[in-house]
Amino acid sequence: MAECHPVGFQWVMEAKARGAKVFHVDPRFTRTSALADRHLPIRAGSDIVLLGALINHVLANELDFREYVLAYTNAASLVSEDFRDTEDLDGLFSGWDPETATYDPRSWAYESTPEGRPSEQAEGGARHAKTAGPDTYGARGAAVHPSPPTDPTLTHPRCVYQIVKRHFARYTPELVEQLCGIPRDDFAELAEAITANSGRERTTAWVYSVGWTQHSVGAQYIRTASILQLLLGNMGRPGGGILALRGHASIQGSTDIPTLFNILPGYLDMPDAGRHEGLDHYLELEGGSTGFWGNRRAYLVSLLKAWWGEAATEENDFCFGHLPRMTGDHGHYTTVMNQIDGIVKGYFVVGENPVVGSSGGRAQRLGLANLDWLVVRDLALVETATFWLDGPELETGELRTEDIGTEVFFLPAASHVEKEGTFTNTQRLLQWREKAVDPSGDCRSELWFYYHLGKLIRRRLTDDEIDRPVRELTWDYPELGVHGEPSAEAVLREINGVGPDGRALSSTSQLRADGSTTCGCWIYCGVYADEVNQAARRRPRREQSAVAPEWGWAWPANRRILYNRASADPEGRPWSERKAYVWWDAERGEWTGHDVPDCEIGKPPGYVPPEGAFAQDALAGTDPFIMQSDGKGWLYVPLGLVDGPLPAHYEPHESPVANPLYAQQANPARHTYNRPESPYNAPDGRFPYVLTTYRLTEHHTAGAMSRPLAYLAELQPELFCEVSPRLAAEAGLTNGGWATIVTSRAVVEARVLVTGRMRPLRLGGVIVHQVGLPYHWGWGGGGLVTGDVTNDLTPLVLDPNVYIQEGKAMTCDVRPGRRPRGPAALDLLERYRRG
Amino acid sequence: MAGRGWPARWPVIRQLRGQDGRGEAARSRRTDALRPRTEDAATVARSICPYCAVGCGQLVYVEGGKITQIEGDPDSPISRGRLCPKGAASKQLVTHPGRQTQVLYRRPYGTGWERLDLDTAMEMIADRVVRTRRETWEDTHEGKVVRRTMGIASLGGATLDNEENYLMKKLYTALGAIQVENQARI
Repeated sequence: MAECHPVGFQWVMEAKARGAKVFHVDPRFTRTSALADRHLPIRAGSDIVLLGALINHVLANELDFREYVLAYTNAASLVSEDFRDTEDLDGLFSGWDPETATYDPRSWAYESTPEGRPSEQAEGGARHAKTAGPDTYGARGAAVHPSPPTDPTLTHPRCVYQIVKRHFARYTPELVEQLCGIPRDDFAELAEAITANSGRERTTAWVYSVGWTQHSVGAQYIRTASILQLLLGNMGRPGGGILALRGHASIQGSTDIPTLFNILPGYLDMPDAGRHEGLDHYLELEGGSTGFWGNRRAYLVSLLKAWWGEAATEENDFCFGHLPRMTGDHGHYTTVMNQIDGIVKGYFVVGENPVVGSSGGRAQRLGLANLDWLVVRDLALVETATFWLDGPELETGELRTEDIGTEVFFLPAASHVEKEGTFTNTQRLLQWREKAVDPSGDCRSELWFYYHLGKLIRRRLTDDEIDRPVRELTWDYPELGVHGEPSAEAVLREINGVGPDGRALSSTSQLRADGSTTCGCWIYCGVYADEVNQAARRRPRREQSAVAPEWGWAWPANRRILYNRASADPEGRPWSERKAYVWWDAERGEWTGHDVPDCEIGKPPGYVPPEGAFAQDALAGTDPFIMQSDGKGWLYVPLGLVDGPLPAHYEPHESPVANPLYAQQANPARHTYNRPESPYNAPDGRFPYVLTTYRLTEHHTAGAMSRPLAYLAELQPELFCEVSPRLAAEAGLTNGGWATIVTSRAVVEARVLVTGRMRPLRLGGVIVHQVGLPYHWGWGGGGLVTGDVTNDLTPLVLDPNVYIQEGKAMTCDVRPGRRPRGPAALDLLERYRRG
Repeated sequence: MAGRGWPARWPVIRQLRGQDGRGEAARSRRTDALRPRTEDAATVARSICPYCAVGCGQLVYVEGGKITQIEGDPDSPISRGRLCPKGAASKQLVTHPGRQTQVLYRRPYGTGWERLDLDTAMEMIADRVVRTRRETWEDTHEGKVVRRTMGIASLGGATLDNEENYLMKKLYTALGAIQVENQARI
């Protein structure tokens, strides 16, 4: 955090100054470690073991926050008799189909309701199993019964609490030592610290970044942390939570209003060809009818009205048929394969440099070389725009410029100070940027580019039916200034939504399913309340409370801590004065506090939903997790994940360590590409070391925003690899000399940094070495400094829930000296591949 | 206080006499006359750092139509005026000489860049989108209605504004392009 989010880290230091204890779990010693109370070096790819052992510590010693767990989680819910755990099936959950390499999640369901009819969830599971597609996960709420059978004594062998307890029983401190390389005493100190620091009076926070997500079990890493934090009562409370530190200015915004294939704005699913016939059918299948997702018809209809305006009517399903349909995974890496296969003809790359920043750089470049046309928009001439002129495949002879048919347009972009608009930061806070100057020359914003491109496309339309969705699209924004820049405020107002009176809406609760409201992104409704750009608010911090509600605007409803109903006890009283955040004011009959309460303001804690209630009305006054159809935090996930209802430790796809827990070595549901562009390292001794990648403070991702800057280039001029003195001795590396790092994908050279910051880990009787590589360099990109592309080394293995690549844990070999040049590099690769 | 006149106020003399060289004794007439360039700024835009997602406040100083300085915004409850090495260098991000300001074009099988004016490039890109979309249009896929094109894909960075992502998703969806992806996947 001190390395990659330095200014955010000031708050950790503030907390430490007030007595907080800071642990840093990371394969290498960094500036964060230097400022933490304790650094725990860990083997990359083993975090579920560490977190699972903490869960085991909590459950075995009954250290959970029982009142919180009973009221706010699904600990008491009973699970189907058909469920079998990885502990029963040697690393597989029930429902595994080896033919399709997927799970049928029906057996993971809650037990049927006592009346004997199958619960909605079991039925949902059946439907899900037929059309199982992780491409829709990450969106909306999974549909489960709002009140499954429970055992509040938590003793029933099939209650979630007991299932979780049995599942993690073998995740012991000894296993942590054996797999993570963290000694038992260090583990004991961590376990004692987090349990002592949780409960009524205290809260503990976990902070993570892509070190947790870029794994073939990435979603389950976060799930493990969720279980721990729910057991300790650390969710929805000040000082608690699981905090994702996102690495790009508006990467949160890029998922809220997604340029992602599987979702529409506000985490509504893109429709699927196999699953959805029409609007009603889509709405019936995509989520439960209880909890706030129960209102999804209003969210979707308002979006369709924002996009297709007058053309969208009740009679034509509000133009639902204008939405294109998915047929499975259309993610980034599958798209690259479609480029190589000639399916994708034209590609827009906008403020992104995938030939340096994405995994498997060579596959990226082969894809680009097979396009008809490519449009690259960026501040500098990034490597993605110049691959045909100076890419590494030209040096090896795999490609020749004169053979590459791709037509390339490079369009210069406007910088962040040359346009106005909002970023959404890592805490869901929208902050408006004022424009300082106009962009020069041909530089333009993406807003300008897409708006004017849309206008030009619309001029070319015919009466043909396929042109109808574009023809009927609302595409008319005020044009400002000399360049005809579309008004970003007008776009933000469309995102916010407009009511029947033509005024900007002020809250999501105003959205209607009858087509009388428009809203481009329901979770952002309120950002333009009272016709005011709320994201532009800048009340100085000294003039408001620590929550700072009048600085920018946080979705949803300007709430700064999500699920904050859980900061009060079931009766609505703060768990402690020290941790008071929002509470029920019985006299006024409403919720109040330091933040916007994350529940209906007038719903009393004693509210019990009537049978058959809908949406939020089906949630009790004690249910804090209002997006879930049962209002509970899920220790166990009966529906919604494709690789199991509980996290289990699986080794990375490439690992030098055998999984001692199960016969199942790696996540059975992980996504691999078995094609020549995507080779994997053999599990024998050819690639003996663990390789992990990371960022440096002085650079930014693929380097286009840092390598051309003189100050930053001077601070970090060259790609280097970090190795321990022991590995240096073993591999013959000298500090300041050169090393060649090899995987079956690529050979990369880097300067050697021999440092105690990388520690060899003792796993059982074996020493495992880790090699660390930052990934900011490329061969050009307008960089004042250049270097080999680290991501050429990384494999194309994906988490099956979210299709994120395993970029943080793989194997490699390290050799002294510079890498071979030209075709000789290919010869070396071939020798490694053949063995 | 020993000494009178300018030699006594000379920083070196004051420091030799034991005053703190990092404090008052470092000042000279020249340093007293120095003024921050932010003082002369004609306008100050309130902005946000474009690097990581912490969202530090930035103040962008403009004089004569040029960015003269970018500093941390002390009003921000997130950053309290601080910036990291990247945020502090962001004036270079927007002013460095390597920034491209002209459209470049590489024709198929071409061996070098050519110039193209922006309007021509926009027309050419629109032509290609319309043509590729038509050529690769799928009304159905394995018997199911899909109404899409698999021929056009997009990858967007996560330093784009919400308003920009919104127009992108809206236009692509209307065009039937579904392979629309973002750094957020990565």
